[in-house]
Amino acid sequence: MSEAVQDRQINRSAMQVSDEVAIDINNMNKWYGTFHVLRDINLTVNRGERIVICGPSGSGKSTLIRCINRLEEHQSGQIIVDGTELSSDLKNIDKIRSEVGMCFQHFNLFPHLTILENCTLAPIWVRKTPKKEAEATAMHFLEKVKIPDQANKYPGQLSGGQQQRVAIARSLCMKPRIMLFDEPTSALDPEMIKEVLDTMIELAEEGMTMLCVTHEMGFAQAVANRVIFMDQGQIVEQNEPHAFFNNPQSDRTKLFLSQILGH
Amino acid sequence: MSDTHAQTAPYVRESMIAQQPPPLKEAGAVKWVRENLFPTWLNGLMTLIAIYVVWVVLSHLVPWFVSPTWTATSLSNCREILAASGDAASKACWGVIRDRWEQLLFGFYPSEFYWRPTLALVVMLLGLGPVLFGNFPRWFMGFSLASPFLIFFLIWGGPIWLPIAVALGFVLGVFAFRALVGVNQIVGVIAAILVPVLYWLFVMGPLVDTLASIAPIGLESVRSNQLGGFLLSVVIGVSAIVLSLPLGIILALGRASDLFIVTKLSVGFIEIIRGVPLIVWLFTASLLLNYFLPPGTNFDLTLRVIIMVTLFSAAYIAEVVRGGLAAVPKGQYEGADSLGLSYWQSMQLIVLPQALKISIPGIVNTFIGLFKDTTLVLFIGLLDPLGLTNAIRASTDWNGVYWELFVFIGVLFFIACFSMGRYSLHLEKKLQRENR
Ligand SMILES: Nc1ncnc2c1ncn2[C@@H]1O[C@H](COP(=O)(O)OP(=O)(O)OP(=O)(O)O)[C@@H](O)[C@H]1O
Ligand SMILES: [Mg+2]
Repeated sequence: MSEAVQDRQINRSAMQVSDEVAIDINNMNKWYGTFHVLRDINLTVNRGERIVICGPSGSGKSTLIRCINRLEEHQSGQIIVDGTELSSDLKNIDKIRSEVGMCFQHFNLFPHLTILENCTLAPIWVRKTPKKEAEATAMHFLEKVKIPDQANKYPGQLSGGQQQRVAIARSLCMKPRIMLFDEPTSALDPEMIKEVLDTMIELAEEGMTMLCVTHEMGFAQAVANRVIFMDQGQIVEQNEPHAFFNNPQSDRTKLFLSQILGH
Repeated sequence: MSDTHAQTAPYVRESMIAQQPPPLKEAGAVKWVRENLFPTWLNGLMTLIAIYVVWVVLSHLVPWFVSPTWTATSLSNCREILAASGDAASKACWGVIRDRWEQLLFGFYPSEFYWRPTLALVVMLLGLGPVLFGNFPRWFMGFSLASPFLIFFLIWGGPIWLPIAVALGFVLGVFAFRALVGVNQIVGVIAAILVPVLYWLFVMGPLVDTLASIAPIGLESVRSNQLGGFLLSVVIGVSAIVLSLPLGIILALGRASDLFIVTKLSVGFIEIIRGVPLIVWLFTASLLLNYFLPPGTNFDLTLRVIIMVTLFSAAYIAEVVRGGLAAVPKGQYEGADSLGLSYWQSMQLIVLPQALKISIPGIVNTFIGLFKDTTLVLFIGLLDPLGLTNAIRASTDWNGVYWELFVFIGVLFFIACFSMGRYSLHLEKKLQRENR
């Protein structure tokens, strides 16, 4: 589990948590029909925080993270991202989405566009960046995720790990201030998990605000400054990683950790 | 090299095998025949039966087709030629095609102006080039946009100001959209529709009259009822194809939209249009539509038919495209949303390219059907090629000629439809090569 990140020295110098609030969620509730998926969520994320969200399947982790960029709509409470409250106002939604990057479990790259086009699309159309400049930025980020030589291929020609790194690069091209990850490694083979986690660690080292739904506990221990445990649509426990893993308080957390860590 | 069997003993490969070319397939016609025609005795028997059937069909058809009657001037002349050559068997009388092919192609279009529809065809093919095959220079796109107006002018003639004034309406629409889209997207769209419509209704007529009286430039005008033959089929077919694709896409998006009223309107439109036979819509176009129009307006019948056929095929296209839209994974919509693309951007850049790629066979299928259905205009008195066969038979020279005309018309339609089918295959292959 943790071997993927074990052999890496983590540079914590830039991982500073500031006082500035990046995401503020107050008493947020969400229903799917009559099913109460998210119950009274309160969460404040400061700029520079790296938060790992874990919990059993169906506990609402994905739903929570998807509410933050309005892929899902919440029914009550408040979500404030970068000082803008999410409401049904389309202008606000598009503004927030262009500032919050998101990586999906199944990458969701655009199969009919090359890697480079995948990366330049949003900057050109949403940010109105000139094409040359957008391509330069894209190449910069593709170099960062170590696949500049694949720029002119199509997503279908890449391995899963490479595709996920492209997806990360694609989000980064919008220069987001917050990155959301929804189980970015759970569709990947162990070898590829490492390359994606490495990319995510590098992002953390540069001080990116990150919310990751993941079961990579090694990553959580190495990088996160806070771990959140969710069950049945509620935040059951949150703590800094050392305490969370070594001294869990709630019985549910203990059970979950014993299932996921212990053999 | 180690020759130890890997499964039976501890094994270490000592030398790696270098890459080698694949074995060449044994070639040759004999092998092909054996493998494809006579692999087993049963298949061999079937092959023989099939060959016999093909032979029977051809031995009856070919003599009919091979007939020395190209020069005949009338049906009785045909019979004389055949009798003189000692051939009593029933044979085709091709003289009618030589005599009347121009009429089958152009209907009653004035023969001194045949160059106009011919040139219009060239303009059409050139204009479609960049749309169908991409990678043309950018300025060529301008020619493509102008080509419908040029084609209209060439075929119908009249003052050159009319097509220019109509085109101006579209330009006005674009400007209105640009000017007001900043205020609000919906206001922009409404303006883009309202401004040109008002212009066409109230300003364009007087404008054209004035310009025509100042500078009477133009071609001799040809009335719609002089259009006919394959020309008419192509005019109706191509216009309807070009217009129904965007309309169908918009209807499909409307049907898939979250907005209640838009969805219901699209569904209602699609179901009503689809649920009624085309021939009924054509009768509606020819008879009923005049009741709804202000008295005195003489709305061209060909134009009415084009509108009806367009609406009809748009409903089918909408359903085909809807299938394509449904096949695009939800993750693609979410990927586009998460990057902050607006609805129209994500449709235009992400969803539609993928949905249309899936829909190509269905779309082309609909177009082929539509193109052949243009022959139905025969029933409302337009002289499409089939209608002209009646006109040709009405002359005493060719009274009694059927199959030769139908074969000729069939070949024309086959060439057009087969090209569409081939183009669809080409496009599918091209898109497949571009992205796996
Ligand atoms: N579109 C939907 N409609 C109705 N119910 C849904 C929908 N999406 C998710 N759910 C339900 O909401 C609950 C939370 O789902 P969610 O995907 O957030 O769980 P998760 O914690 O991400 O689980 P996993 O670890 O399996 O991804 C689940 O019980 C699920 O069945
Ligand atoms: Mg999930």
